[in-house]
Amino acid sequence: MISIQHLSKVYPNSSEHALKDINLEIATGDVFGVIGISGAGKSTLVRCINALEHPTSGKVLVDGVDVTTLKGADLRHLRQHVAMIFQGFGLLAQKTALDNVCFPFLAAKGRVSAGDRERARELLAMVGLAEKEQSYPSQLSGGQKQRVAIARALALEPDHILCDEATSALDPASTVSVLDVLQRINQETGVTIVIITHSMDVVERVCKNVAVLERGHLVEQGSVAQVFADPQATTTKALLGRVSWNG
Amino acid sequence: MGSTTEFLAEYGSLLTQGTIDTLWMLVISTAIAYVFGLVLGIILYVTAPGGLVPARIPNAILGWIVNMGRSIPFIILIVAVMPMTRALVGTTIGVRGVVPPLVLATTPFVARMVEQSLAEIPPDSIEAAVACGATVPRIVVSALLPEALPSLVRGASITLIAVLGYTAIAGAVGAGGLGDIAIRYGYYRYQDEVMLVTIVLLIALVQIIQTLGDVIAKSIDHR
Repeated sequence: MISIQHLSKVYPNSSEHALKDINLEIATGDVFGVIGISGAGKSTLVRCINALEHPTSGKVLVDGVDVTTLKGADLRHLRQHVAMIFQGFGLLAQKTALDNVCFPFLAAKGRVSAGDRERARELLAMVGLAEKEQSYPSQLSGGQKQRVAIARALALEPDHILCDEATSALDPASTVSVLDVLQRINQETGVTIVIITHSMDVVERVCKNVAVLERGHLVEQGSVAQVFADPQATTTKALLGRVSWNG
Repeated sequence: MGSTTEFLAEYGSLLTQGTIDTLWMLVISTAIAYVFGLVLGIILYVTAPGGLVPARIPNAILGWIVNMGRSIPFIILIVAVMPMTRALVGTTIGVRGVVPPLVLATTPFVARMVEQSLAEIPPDSIEAAVACGATVPRIVVSALLPEALPSLVRGASITLIAVLGYTAIAGAVGAGGLGDIAIRYGYYRYQDEVMLVTIVLLIALVQIIQTLGDVIAKSIDHR
């Protein structure tokens, strides 16, 4: 379980809160969407979960451990269990798809065993890229790159996967292929998935629960069915296209 | 034809030896400079603001030392460090005597080239490596250096060409090599054809280094 308690973040040289007193519970096995327009603070929020970003105050408990206090080996250990995928994919351009998927093994153990390599192949097959293991990222489409990144995220059998605008750079068909893979992984392995997005379509397609951020504040949360049926906050209504932004 | 044969008979072995000396100075100095320069460049990169291990003051101090090393004209540097050179290698002349000042002049240059190559890596891929829970040394060895390799190779050919220029300067103070021949024969003895041949040899060396660097960099770059 991921439990975010009274989380606030103010960036240096900024007077405004990027996040203000956020409280959020994300159950194990959930597919949880965090939605908001650009600058709402959703990226900052998700980056606090694996401590790529440090909050100004508040706590982030991942399976009972407060990640905001972790350092060194403990922090690296956490990151091996909380995988992340990025909008820009973050693949190593000079490594093949297979070697990219093997990178977490290097990170965790300093070496890649034959068994690890075999597991990496299985993961590439699982995301539908079995025949691309020797391809370099430059030879893959955006959707394929993101699926390699998903396979990499799965390498160490994480308990949670954070997706920071993972489909925002993709065309609609690739978006669907990436979301389908994420959903299948959630169903097959029970891994928690947190999806940051500005697209209601993404939330509707895969998420079970959703939180809505507006300028650093949490303005609405609940099950996707409930929020879609009866949106309360203006941002939610606007994102759903029920009202115009200035209306 | 006759004059070419005569020229080769008279200067052939001199020019061959000069080329060999130049290549020795070039390769040994650059290789040693890369051992130190690579480490310094990596430290400059990871300690920079926003880097993997930001450390403002050590970064500033190191940057300052590197700049200092780069601001001394090479001919002055050779003379200034002669006592150190003598202590290290027992002489200040010949190929051996010029290696220490060459290393000293090349290391800061390499450090900046390496820092620049690392800075070209997209921040996304580095952040992904951090998010995998890799240690900083692991990120450097398994992500940064392989990602920067084509750029490092291009940097190495630029460095080699700069050092080739230094070796010619070193020739003026007794280092031997093509620069020495050009000065002794071309300048002091007005033997224009010897100078011309050394220039042609230097141009050929530069072309070979640049072409080789480009070809290697291109063949290992998967972007």
